[in-house]
Amino acid sequence: MKHADIQALFNEPACKHNDKEKSGCARPKPGATAGGCAFDGAQIALLPIADVAHIVHGPIACAGSSWENRGTRSTGPQLYRVGMTTDLTEQDVIMGRSEARLFHAIKQAIDDHNPAAVFVYSTCVTALIGDDFEAVCQAASARYGLPVVPVDAAGFYGTKNMGNRFAGEAMFTHVIGTREPDPVPLHAQRPGIRVHDVNLIGEYNIAGEFFHVAPLFDELGLRILSTLSGDARFAEVQTMHRAEATMVVCAKALLNVARKLNETWGVPFFEGSFYGVRDMSNALREFARLIGDADLAARTEALIAREEAAANALLSPWRERLKGKRVLLYTGGVKSWSIVSALQDLGMEVVATGTKKSTEEDKERIRELMGPDARMIDDGSPKALLSAYRDLSADILIAGGRNLYMALKSRIPFLDINQEREFGYAGYAGMPELARQLALTIENPVWEAVRRPAPWARENAAGTPVVD
Amino acid sequence: MAQILKRTKPLAVNPLKVSQPVGAALAFLGLRHAIPMLHGSQGCTAFGKVFFVRHFREPIPLQTTAMDHVSSIMGADDNVVTGLKTICEKSAPAIIGLPTTGLSETQGADIRRLVKRFRVEHPQFDHIAVVPVNTPDYSGSLESGFALAVEAIIEALVPEDTAQVGRRRRQVNVLASSALTPGDIEALKEWIEAFGLRPVVLPDLGDSLDGHLVDGEFSALTVGGTPRAEIETMGESIATLVIGRSMSGAANLLRQRTGVLDFRFDHLMGLDACDAFTHTLSRLSGRPVPVGIERRRAQLQDAMVDTHFQTGFARVALALEGDLLAGFVDMLKGMGADIVAAVAPARAEVLADVNCDSVQIGDLEDLERAAAGTQVIISNSHAAASAERLGVPLLRAGFPQYDWVGGYARAWIGYRGGRQTLFDFANLILGQHHDIPAYRSIFRQVAEDGPGLVRH
Repeated sequence: MKHADIQALFNEPACKHNDKEKSGCARPKPGATAGGCAFDGAQIALLPIADVAHIVHGPIACAGSSWENRGTRSTGPQLYRVGMTTDLTEQDVIMGRSEARLFHAIKQAIDDHNPAAVFVYSTCVTALIGDDFEAVCQAASARYGLPVVPVDAAGFYGTKNMGNRFAGEAMFTHVIGTREPDPVPLHAQRPGIRVHDVNLIGEYNIAGEFFHVAPLFDELGLRILSTLSGDARFAEVQTMHRAEATMVVCAKALLNVARKLNETWGVPFFEGSFYGVRDMSNALREFARLIGDADLAARTEALIAREEAAANALLSPWRERLKGKRVLLYTGGVKSWSIVSALQDLGMEVVATGTKKSTEEDKERIRELMGPDARMIDDGSPKALLSAYRDLSADILIAGGRNLYMALKSRIPFLDINQEREFGYAGYAGMPELARQLALTIENPVWEAVRRPAPWARENAAGTPVVD
Repeated sequence: MAQILKRTKPLAVNPLKVSQPVGAALAFLGLRHAIPMLHGSQGCTAFGKVFFVRHFREPIPLQTTAMDHVSSIMGADDNVVTGLKTICEKSAPAIIGLPTTGLSETQGADIRRLVKRFRVEHPQFDHIAVVPVNTPDYSGSLESGFALAVEAIIEALVPEDTAQVGRRRRQVNVLASSALTPGDIEALKEWIEAFGLRPVVLPDLGDSLDGHLVDGEFSALTVGGTPRAEIETMGESIATLVIGRSMSGAANLLRQRTGVLDFRFDHLMGLDACDAFTHTLSRLSGRPVPVGIERRRAQLQDAMVDTHFQTGFARVALALEGDLLAGFVDMLKGMGADIVAAVAPARAEVLADVNCDSVQIGDLEDLERAAAGTQVIISNSHAAASAERLGVPLLRAGFPQYDWVGGYARAWIGYRGGRQTLFDFANLILGQHHDIPAYRSIFRQVAEDGPGLVRH
């Protein structure tokens, strides 16, 4: 990819961070950098498309230690879980044989796995040696009669967020708009319910959590044309341009797709979240509002009333147990406030929240929720988090998986809130699960056991005689 | 003995291979107060970090020089110098490991020259060791990257002096390959200490990644591992014990620099390998084999007799790195098992001597295709899907084990570890025992749904 093209993607008018240099987009500092590369981000965004053969074009490092490490689930094809890489050798790199290898690799993937399409991800090494992998993809597509989509997101182009954006760009350029949606099948039609088509962008069905939410969409007559990209299929992504509304789920990085869908195809969008009862309800309301169907709006309100009542009934025993427990929350962006409201719903006290990736607007929401003196933490280093935890006498740290073992090593209860987690918290049904996981760790007797010194630790000297 | 079958497919499907830089990083994680910094893009490090965190369930110190597309073209030398300086200032480690990656090798970075430049520009950090090592990910695998890093550590930290041999009269060096888990290393140290010897294990993953809670502040460096000061005394030991053929290069270098005699073992799995090692320890220490070890040997023999009904003719398929493959194959062959398929991720010296007909260089797809009729698969967690498709159980060994707790803690080696391995293996066979299909005679007088039928 040309330098100018990468720079162009840095500019995202729909992103509130756009006019400021933010950590997510700034150049990483050698020796003091955490987080993944653009290739990582591109894979996170696209790998959940389940019926596609995802080929990593590069040496083993990029696929070898990363394949099969996402918690995303599919209702059908498992092809996305098959790790594929051209696994380039020294000879390939030196002798320039990598393009030929890629061409044959695409054939092998098509012959053996019957994919709906092939996605090819470039990597640093193949970008550096100047492989024209887009030409290879084009030639392979012509030869084998199947879409072969180049995803140009070599790791060194930037951060994980940038990789999300490159991936979105590839979908917009090569996939979205290349097929018209099927008509709604007869068996899915119900009298009195008009079906509206919608998109979800940035929903990855982690741990299958969207399975909690999907039935509500069906009930309301909202057909999800496609998600980007949890449990998605290639043929679904192709039709996203025909939606009546798009929701961007907790993901600033893919705003480019939503914006372009809006500019090119006139699809309106909003940003929202499925975490917490309030946000879940708001998301459904927003869809009804954008679509502008009065009947849908009425049915949405009825559904919200029913689901909130059911969720409250399930949550009340947990609220008793979790009431007054103090939470130190460290997570980025939208989640810094959306999770706050979810935790407050449970009667917990959020004593501080991380704001490193939050916008001014996010911070305003935090102040609304937590009061004007809300403590915001910018420094996410283990040391800073631990000292905040102690200063604020918190009962639990909620953060991303990166901090999990740091917390456990320090004998601190922890809940993983990011994409590596193994439990689904989305939707009304996700809240009791969140409450259960919180209680499971906070109330566990292991903390007392591991903090207690050994019985002999206070004895003055070895060999103290036993007193009878 | 084994014929090596080369990779023939353009596409690797369900890769078994893990990259050299990740292997090198692992070796550095076995040193005390250390941190590896990969010279590459930040993803090289992020993936490696997640990989280790999921396997060991520990915080993993790992940094990056964070090359981007501009510095990859215009020169990333400053990234290395700045990165080293930043780590020295922030964390004051004892040792920084500096493996290269596919990206920096393709770019043509001269990592040794960069360390020299760092020394010239920042003499205030002279007390902090920096160990560069070339580990492009387009050749070798985790095992070879690990071995190259150990070689580089010896070159950087062990003084060149052959006049000190035996000054420390009870000290022995151990070069431990990546096939050994932290649990293995712990068992190995106890084994050696039982003879009154004092082992210096390089690298000592058993001390750093064994999963122990520590008191005091959270550290951005390794907690535990081989101390730098001990590495510097390796020339004063009476002998070096080398475990794993992949360590040959490191062993040659250590002997050449120090003159310390070495004893080499491809692995320590199964009775014969254990006996050879025990015998060596006895002769080195001049002590008889302790009663406790005799007893554990007898326990292993007992387990061999007990489990041979399950292991005899058992059909096994393995996909492992060279050293671990050699150990498992020897052990299982010694129990009467048949090797249906053996796959290794990359070429390694030991493969030619693996005790079976052929070893395929390849991936888990190759394993699956060759494993028809197998009863057990031995490989890492990625093979769980393969095992499920083949309808057979998986014994998890090697890297990574992310869907499993405590894989890092188990010991495969030694008499006691070997006994447990046999038990676990035999239980997997027992668990799939198939009864002879019932035959019901047409002349039977009582109907099957008569008295005595338990209804559910």
